[in-house]
Amino acid sequence: MDAIKIENLTKKYKDVVAVDNLCLSVKKGELFSLLGVNGAGKTTTIKMLSCLTRPTGGNAFLNGKSIVEDATAVKSIIAVSPQETAVALGLSVLENLKLMCGVYGFSKEKQRAKIDELTQLLGLEGVINKKAGKLSGGWQRRLSIAMALISEPEILFLDEPTLGLDVIARSDLWDIIRSLKGSVTIILTTHYMEEAEALSDRIAIMKDGKLLICDTAEKIKEKAGTDNFEQAFINIVKGVAK
Amino acid sequence: MRMLSFMNRNTKEILRDPLNLAFGLGFPVVLILLLSAIQANIPVEMFEIEHLTPGITIFGLSFMTLFSATIIAKDRGSSLLQRLYTTPLTSTDFILGYALPIIPISVGQCIVCYISALILGLEFTVNIVYAVLFILPVSVFYIALGLLCGSIFNDKQVGGICGALLTNLSAWLSGIWFDLKLVGGAFEKIANMFPFVHAVEMERAVLSGNFADILPHLWWVLGYAVVLVGLAIYFFLRQMKRQ
Repeated sequence: MDAIKIENLTKKYKDVVAVDNLCLSVKKGELFSLLGVNGAGKTTTIKMLSCLTRPTGGNAFLNGKSIVEDATAVKSIIAVSPQETAVALGLSVLENLKLMCGVYGFSKEKQRAKIDELTQLLGLEGVINKKAGKLSGGWQRRLSIAMALISEPEILFLDEPTLGLDVIARSDLWDIIRSLKGSVTIILTTHYMEEAEALSDRIAIMKDGKLLICDTAEKIKEKAGTDNFEQAFINIVKGVAK
Repeated sequence: MRMLSFMNRNTKEILRDPLNLAFGLGFPVVLILLLSAIQANIPVEMFEIEHLTPGITIFGLSFMTLFSATIIAKDRGSSLLQRLYTTPLTSTDFILGYALPIIPISVGQCIVCYISALILGLEFTVNIVYAVLFILPVSVFYIALGLLCGSIFNDKQVGGICGALLTNLSAWLSGIWFDLKLVGGAFEKIANMFPFVHAVEMERAVLSGNFADILPHLWWVLGYAVVLVGLAIYFFLRQMKRQ
């Protein structure tokens, strides 16, 4: 069953077409990566799917709910971990998690249970009372993902979750993302090819707002005539794939 | 519940910033102490404690504009607001969540100023309680101005506009530091078109018990507050849509 069905999704800014008639679908529990060079339309696509931006044309259905006609229902089943770390820097890790529980209207019991669960999952026990602003980039990113998971989303958008992290912090985050596979449908955007290849069930490559290809990493390499995924990406974006 | 969580977060962010505490609470008190010391050596009617304190309580509110504008502008600059826009929080939750925490801070600042003034010799009357209550409409004006600036400008611009320009406007056009009638002419007319001097005169009237003098000034303050609340809501919603 499809968790996301995108039909001719289009976004225009004056003369610029950021996303051009995008059509694709994502299965429930799938980890789906959106790749593309800067300006390819990845972030605009995520913004439309998460109801932050209204499409100029087309529609998308998240677990059957339209982003155009039923944005409130869509917001209740999604969570977004934005490109930059989206945490309240003046609050502690615990207070950040409580903030998210509060905005979703959780009871005290549910709040406690959810915070315990996510603290354990993301390994935040050691920094729970530290101010978010004093944490390293890797820890802030972990907190950011924990905040996204508070609402038990059916669909999770991770916009470049490992950008700027060191190798260890990135590897740790990969493990966390892997552990979520299957239970949550994840849409991931990234500039790291090895990340997309290692984590994704399927990958879509975009350029100038258009979808160039959508398949598994193996199939994409095959179609691009190379064993190297990064080279396959370059071949496809430059239009030299077979 | 949702709005309370957001409000709680904003209160903590504001109160945990030591600069906010220094400027919001410390600076007005320092001004009262300093000007009272000058008054003790060179008596000037303007700086008599019952005349000075209402002015300082109004001047201190310009920092409330800075607080509200800064927190919104900083949130807009980070991705936190973007994340929160994808949650069930409504636009009303956001606007009230930013504005409401600053009202008790404004009242707190006003009370601290009056406590300092009492220590320095201000006679305690029930009018002090009324003066604290009349701070409320003025604080709505200043907070709405912050909401407006925070919705339009980035955090660096907010520092310049609310931190420097507004505090200067609030100082020069309010009649706190000098009698506007002494300058007269166009300057006095322009100053009278802004709410700052009216807010100060209203507070002076309340503290001195001249309740008949409150109304014309209160209308000016309320008028500006209503217009600014409208503008602030419009521009906040506009930036929310753009995000």
